[in-house]
Amino acid sequence: METLMIILTGVLVTIATYLVLSKSVIRVILGTAVYSHAAHLLIITMGGLKKGNVPILGDDDVSTFVDPLPQALILTSIVISFAVTALVLVLAYRAYQTLGTDNMEELRGRKYE
Amino acid sequence: MGTLNFVVLIPFLAAMLIPLFYKKGTRLHIGLLPMIVAVSLFSYLLFYIPQIANGKTFLHTISWIPSYGINFTAYLDGLSLILALLITGIGTLVILYSIYYLSENEQLGHFYTYLMLFMGAMLGVVLSDNMMVLYVFWELTSISSFLLIAFWYQRKRSREGAQKSLLITVSGGFGMLIGFLMIYTMTGTLSVREVIQIMPEMTGHGLFVPAMLLVLFGAFTKSAQFPFHIWLPDAMEAPTPVSAYLHSATMVKAGIYLVARFTPVFGGEGIWFWIVTGVGLFTLFWGSFQAVRQTDLKALLAFSTISQLGMIMSMFGMGSVALHFGYSTESVFYSQATFAALFHLVNHSTFKGALFMAVGIVDHEVGTRDIRRLGGLATIMPITFTVSLIGSFSMAGLPPFNGFLSKEMFFQAAVDITELGVFHMDTIGNLIPIVAWVASIFTFVYSMIIVFQTFLGPYKEERLERPANEGPGGMLISPVILAGLVVLIFLMPNMLGNYIIRPAVESVFPTLVTEMNLGVEISAWHGLNTALWMTIGVIVLGILLYSFPRAWRWIYAIFPIGWSLNTLYNFTLEQSVKSSRKFTNSYMTGLLRHYLMYIYLFFILLVAGAFALTGSYDFTISGNAEISIFEWIIALTLIIAAISILFAKSRLTAILLNSVLGYGVALLFVIFRAPDLALTQMVIETVTTVLFLVAYYFLPEWKKENESRRINLSKLLISIGFGASFTAVALAVQNNRLFDRISTYFENSYELAGGRNIVNTILSDFRGFDTMLEVVVLLIAGIGVYSIIKLKAGNRGDKFENQ
Repeated sequence: METLMIILTGVLVTIATYLVLSKSVIRVILGTAVYSHAAHLLIITMGGLKKGNVPILGDDDVSTFVDPLPQALILTSIVISFAVTALVLVLAYRAYQTLGTDNMEELRGRKYE
Repeated sequence: MGTLNFVVLIPFLAAMLIPLFYKKGTRLHIGLLPMIVAVSLFSYLLFYIPQIANGKTFLHTISWIPSYGINFTAYLDGLSLILALLITGIGTLVILYSIYYLSENEQLGHFYTYLMLFMGAMLGVVLSDNMMVLYVFWELTSISSFLLIAFWYQRKRSREGAQKSLLITVSGGFGMLIGFLMIYTMTGTLSVREVIQIMPEMTGHGLFVPAMLLVLFGAFTKSAQFPFHIWLPDAMEAPTPVSAYLHSATMVKAGIYLVARFTPVFGGEGIWFWIVTGVGLFTLFWGSFQAVRQTDLKALLAFSTISQLGMIMSMFGMGSVALHFGYSTESVFYSQATFAALFHLVNHSTFKGALFMAVGIVDHEVGTRDIRRLGGLATIMPITFTVSLIGSFSMAGLPPFNGFLSKEMFFQAAVDITELGVFHMDTIGNLIPIVAWVASIFTFVYSMIIVFQTFLGPYKEERLERPANEGPGGMLISPVILAGLVVLIFLMPNMLGNYIIRPAVESVFPTLVTEMNLGVEISAWHGLNTALWMTIGVIVLGILLYSFPRAWRWIYAIFPIGWSLNTLYNFTLEQSVKSSRKFTNSYMTGLLRHYLMYIYLFFILLVAGAFALTGSYDFTISGNAEISIFEWIIALTLIIAAISILFAKSRLTAILLNSVLGYGVALLFVIFRAPDLALTQMVIETVTTVLFLVAYYFLPEWKKENESRRINLSKLLISIGFGASFTAVALAVQNNRLFDRISTYFENSYELAGGRNIVNTILSDFRGFDTMLEVVVLLIAGIGVYSIIKLKAGNRGDKFENQ
């Protein structure tokens, strides 16, 4: 299972990298979103998969739980990446409104034209 | 206590006080303060002469950074005394001269501050026993010299000359510092005196030769030896008192001092002998050869300084062989070269100082120093003429001036050295006297040019800026004193020799001191020996060459003007600026993609390289959980969805495919027993999708990227490479657990934190800080989003630009 997950994250990373290297801002932002999916999956995979119960102490006597620490880390990470994505999207919107382009090559400034 | 250290510190103190007095606007000339300082230091140092002559040395230590062994140790022996006397003595005369030379409208406060700074730094160089302190003062001389050369900073040439001298001397200084550090590594001490004790046992050490070369590099750059001499002629843009002081009498002797000081450390080896002697001799020849073709008097004097420094340097090289033999009659024989070197060091300071000052007077009175416009000044400026005559004839090595004595001794040393039985002397060693002799002929010729073309011949008033007049009395005092010394030393050479030079020779050869008397009895008449015949030959040939310039001047045409070291220096400087700019522009393209590519490529190379080099790749799947068919389906769906994003035709498809990824991840979280994560992921994914949709509504349509095949291919390769190395790292680490997980501790969450949901207790209790800051992140993002949308900076920037 872990190996499959890692291959899945590898594919996601490849796709995200290709998107980030694009010319249009939209694709770059989408690439970062895909990156964060890959990262979250990788973190939980590294904690070990499925060998235990949901990390909630119930009345029933269960002795093993899956690792709760990666889950806490991911929860933090999800929120942060959401905040950043929102900010970047608004930034792209504003840049397009002001500059009239979403092409990275045109966005690099007058010096290079 | 520590009085010797104050000799070094007082000039710095004066440098601090000068601006204070200058601003007060007193009627007294501001130059008086540095003058008093220099005079008192000089007289104070004079009192040491009798004791030093008796073989005593003085040592005072002020602790500075004792934990590193760096202490401000002032050490006075014969060698430092000579230099210290020159620095303060000539310093006094130069300050006196500059009081009359510089106009009241100049920034005199700056001038004397720099000058005092320089004097203190120079005294620090010659009096320091600690190598690190020596280096500090060494760089201070470079910096103060830089400030003085660019004193008229409004002129382009001054700035260029200052920059050049700084670049060359400071790079030499850095080399020297590295050399010192190597010496420290070998000997474990920073004190020069202790290094001299230890070093003879270290000749076989691997760092011995590199340290020697680096110290010599520092000395050669400072003393303007070939090929580092090119800064000295350009430094002539400085005011003439500066040229007289720094660039003839003191700073350029710092390198000479260093060579003399380190002769007992490195001397006695063939490589030291050949480098010092060879470079010195070549510099002697090249400087005198180039001096003849100069038309500017100061440039001519600059090249003559280079040449004379080369001569002194070569004599130190010849003298160093005395250390090779230890004590024997032969070592006395060769140590005489060192005596001659120190003798000429003093002589050169006197006559070159006088000549610079005389040239300064001519420049000051008629407004030019171009020898093609000068002539016939002898009757108008008789005193200046006399001074120049004495200085030049002494430089040419004619009696009855001190230059004659030192040149005789130089020839004697050059002839003696050919009898040396070691260091391949029997083959190329015979060249030494020949080169020395030829160089002396050129020296004779340019010395004659200085006197005769400036002061004799027709008086060309129409070509001068001002009609000529004798310089003011105050300006003449210093050159007359120096010229007087030139004659006095000739008349009483042994006074100088016994009291000052002999102790200095003893400090160059500390091991030989106890065995014998290193002094040399100087007399003007040795009888008709080889050296005298050589001098006669120099005079005869020199007069012939001077009289018939047309017959031999063509040799200068052999080397085209463009083929100089200056051209090389300028070319290197230009090219380094140009090529570094080109290099930076070539990779700093301003395109995000390129920068990302560098980062990815670096990562790929690092990871792949690490795996390839260490061979630590370890991949097992033994600990894996089993996969059900359901999970296969989710994983494959995700992979397909991800790949389809690349081929999406519209932005809506792309966004939806991204949502598929997000919800798929949420599903996986369910399978992986993470209910909180699944919940959050679902909500966040929904909100993100909405956000994407809203934002993309305002962004242009998802266009097909029209890019060349090459770019697409490189993008593809980098993505695959990056993805593959990422996967490789993840696979390699997945089952290599070094330690047990710490999460068993969190399973006590009910006892410790009173909560049953472990993830939530971690978030809010065990690791609550993370959550707090995560909330701050969200808050900041919210503020950011709000302000980006609401606040309009307007087009103010454009307006300013158009104004």
